[in-house]
Amino acid sequence: MTDMKAQESSYKTDELIARDIDAYLLKHQHKSLLRFITCGSVDDGKSTLIGRLLYDSKMIFEDQLAALEADSKRVGTQGQNIDFALLVDGLAAEREQGITIDVAYRFFSTENRKFIVADTPGHEQYTRNMITGASTADLAVILIDARKGVLTQTRRHSYLVNLIGIRNVVLAVNKMDLVGYDQDKYEEIVADYAKFAESIGIKAFTPMPISGFMGDNITTKSANMPWYQGPTLMAHLETVELDVAADQVRPFRMPVQWVNRPNLDFRGFSGLIASGVVKPGDAVRVLPSGKTSTVTRIVTLDGDLQQAVAGQSITLCFADEIDCSRGDVITLADAPVQVADQFEATIVWMADEALTPGRAYWLKIGTQTVSASIHAPKYQVNVNTLEHMAAKTLELNAIGVTNIATDRPIPFEAYEQNRTLGGFIVIDKMTNATVGAGMIHFALRRSQNVHWQALDTSRETHANLKNQKPAVLWFTGLSGAGKSTIANLVEKKLVRMNRHTFLLDGDNVRHGLNKDLGFTEADRIENIRRVGEVAKLMTDAGLIVITAFISPFRSEREMVRQMMQPGEFVEIFIDTKLADAEARDVKGLYKKARAGELKNFTGIDSPYEAPENPEIQIDTSKITPEQAADLIIERLIP
Amino acid sequence: MVAADETVKLTHLQRLEAESIHIMREVVAETEKPVMLYSVGKDSAVMLHLARKAFYPSPPPFPLLHVDTTWKFKAMYELRDRMARESGMELIVYQNPEAVAKGINPFDHGALHTDMWKTEGLKQALDKYGFDAAFGGARRDEEKSRAKERIFSFRSANHRWDPKNQRPELWNLYNARKAKGESIRVFPISNWTELDIWQYIHLENIPIVPLYFANERPTVQRNGLTIMVDDDRFPLNPGEVPEMKSIRFRTLGCYPLTGAVESYAKTLPEVIQEMLLTTTSERQGRAIDHDQAASMEKKKQEGYF
Ligand SMILES: Nc1nc2c(ncn2[C@@H]2O[C@H](COP(=O)(O)OP(=O)(O)OP(=O)(O)O)[C@@H](O)[C@H]2O)c(=O)[nH]1
Ligand SMILES: [Mg+2]
Repeated sequence: MTDMKAQESSYKTDELIARDIDAYLLKHQHKSLLRFITCGSVDDGKSTLIGRLLYDSKMIFEDQLAALEADSKRVGTQGQNIDFALLVDGLAAEREQGITIDVAYRFFSTENRKFIVADTPGHEQYTRNMITGASTADLAVILIDARKGVLTQTRRHSYLVNLIGIRNVVLAVNKMDLVGYDQDKYEEIVADYAKFAESIGIKAFTPMPISGFMGDNITTKSANMPWYQGPTLMAHLETVELDVAADQVRPFRMPVQWVNRPNLDFRGFSGLIASGVVKPGDAVRVLPSGKTSTVTRIVTLDGDLQQAVAGQSITLCFADEIDCSRGDVITLADAPVQVADQFEATIVWMADEALTPGRAYWLKIGTQTVSASIHAPKYQVNVNTLEHMAAKTLELNAIGVTNIATDRPIPFEAYEQNRTLGGFIVIDKMTNATVGAGMIHFALRRSQNVHWQALDTSRETHANLKNQKPAVLWFTGLSGAGKSTIANLVEKKLVRMNRHTFLLDGDNVRHGLNKDLGFTEADRIENIRRVGEVAKLMTDAGLIVITAFISPFRSEREMVRQMMQPGEFVEIFIDTKLADAEARDVKGLYKKARAGELKNFTGIDSPYEAPENPEIQIDTSKITPEQAADLIIERLIP
Repeated sequence: MVAADETVKLTHLQRLEAESIHIMREVVAETEKPVMLYSVGKDSAVMLHLARKAFYPSPPPFPLLHVDTTWKFKAMYELRDRMARESGMELIVYQNPEAVAKGINPFDHGALHTDMWKTEGLKQALDKYGFDAAFGGARRDEEKSRAKERIFSFRSANHRWDPKNQRPELWNLYNARKAKGESIRVFPISNWTELDIWQYIHLENIPIVPLYFANERPTVQRNGLTIMVDDDRFPLNPGEVPEMKSIRFRTLGCYPLTGAVESYAKTLPEVIQEMLLTTTSERQGRAIDHDQAASMEKKKQEGYF
């Protein structure tokens, strides 16, 4: 860096600090907060720009600067010069490769504002990390390398920025030093980007020509580009108008995080207000139940509040003892949110393993986690052409629109209206990884209109009449493990005890209800889903349902468990070693599978995921089917 | 609902406070056995204060865990016991029995000291009590690998951090699901800066260890650091007499490893003023970070907090 000294910024340390620290603190205390990201294609200079901003706003201490100088010489990309990117690229792997892998959060402040900046990676492979940074940002600086112009990743990131709902966009045409500070080049890129921006719905953006490396138009106006009349990047960041209170002018909504119950005399509902304002005396409604009450107190350690606004974490007390727990949403009584169980949403897929339509995933929205299945996408978006492409699934980094069904109705709002009640993450039930992120558009008509018919004869009535507690005894295990044999014995014994039962197995289901299904992974999932739904209806009718299906996937068994009333699902793992089942081979199926005549055979070329915590586990190498059946009955009816 | 002109502007500290409280409540709602790592420093002080706010009028529904090295400043032990009493929380003090037996100390054992007392001690304590989530007071502005870490940071069953494979973390939706044996470290004050911490302590009147304020204290020089001689275990050179100096600390750890700064700042505003005018980072006072450029990342991968 030859002329670093000459480029010294105008952001001098606040002289107020030395003169009157109390006054400074008072001022600092009332600074506003701006969260922004840098994004764009690989090597466009995002990290360098942030390093430069930190440097110019005097956020780099002497010891850090000395380390930076040494690091720059050792692993930098700029020869003997300072490589500002090293201030941000903090992981060993990043420094070795000279790229950004994960978001870095950095902090700086000026006289009027405090900034949290997230430096996001440009590589397509790390798009999920870019989204992580973008999801909490108020503003995005999209960088373009002046030599390269608008690239695929510039488009992808712009699309995501707009999708996430960032309305303040800066287009920083970077590396102007490498194109001779050429105005025509700059204008050309801005015009090119403007066309694209309009086509994806970015209504406005602020363009500026910069060099992060040389410091042009970062904190001081560039002498190299007298033709540019606009503000420097820092000046823009300091003054750009933020609609901080937008959430407050909308109706009150607060997802309940935690019920505060220190003793019998106090019951409070804790949460972070998502929108609006609340005051003691307000009439509120709890969703999905629809119960109403009145706010009596807003409790905090610093004393009760007379009002609380969006963005504050509080605890509310009600006048009535109404049911309200984690996952519920408290709203103004006369301005509630909708409740539905089917939605259309945009999904960004973030896992190496593609989306499996129909499979049950966890969906976390607000403070609620529900089981949900995602339909095959209606279409996937090509971020380059914006074309809607047909798609059977969503691969890593794909963006698509699809319908989603949750296992119970949830309170929500469209993402456009309310990020908290309309944004969700998708979690894989097996690996617990966050595999997708979504934004709700609207509820599907059919879910709003198909109201549950309130039945006059309740499931309790059915069960009482039969003098029993309904249950689903879900047998799972390899083919030939002994599921059907033991299940049959259990049913016989229960019938002898005057219990009302029904056995569902491959034979009576595959030939009728599910005769349209084969043995692909998707069909197997659907098979189990239908069996689950039938079993659920039967428990409503008061029956003890016994099922005997291989049901090899943990997530499907979990899906069925979620369908049932708590405690009614009993998973029974018939644990037989593959070698033993194969040795028995009653139906000759293993032989066929080994010969390659049967495809997708569990245990051979399709996995069996053993239950981790089954209610009952039977080791068939240790006890006979008779003993197994007795043991199961004993556990059920002690 | 309010009219647009009646809206309230939350300050950045109010926003940070609300975010931290939200994070703590999520952990309590979604994990089985959380614990708060309490190191008695200023960041721990703020974290504990936020926890009391988050669950008021209940006491925070988790214990405090102090992974002790037996080499902290005396004043730290005093404040620790007082804060546990005042918050109504259980305090668990854990000392790695192997380090106790071997008499591991910062003078004879170098890097092994941190490794055995802190890294190993922490892992042992978490395993012993079966905690599946641990709050830590680390901030992203402290160090470059911290700047990369999620608020909910996953650890494998053997406590390793995989920096190249972190879960995406969108909005304020935290995924706390994990397999048996895995655990999470949660950093509720990730987005606070050193200045925010001081300012909050000032505004909220949070008790902190008096060593953060300047006073005359006995000191010696070691490896370019000014070290305070806190007790008679400190090996002085033959004929060496500690020199009384007006010093204070920007960060607190094991007393033989923590460098002091010369200072006359006796009040919080004065401390903040010095901090703002200084030209070195707070981590400079810690011996542990100087080893190598990416040392913190390596330590974290191995299970250091
Ligand atoms: N001449 C010149 N070089 C620059 C400028 N900005 C960045 N560079 C160089 O471009 C290279 C890439 O910069 P980075 O800041 O690492 O790019 P990035 O956008 O953060 O890259 P990823 O995060 O990996 O996507 C480095 O060698 C920088 O020094 C600039 O304004 N002018
Ligand atoms: Mg980068």
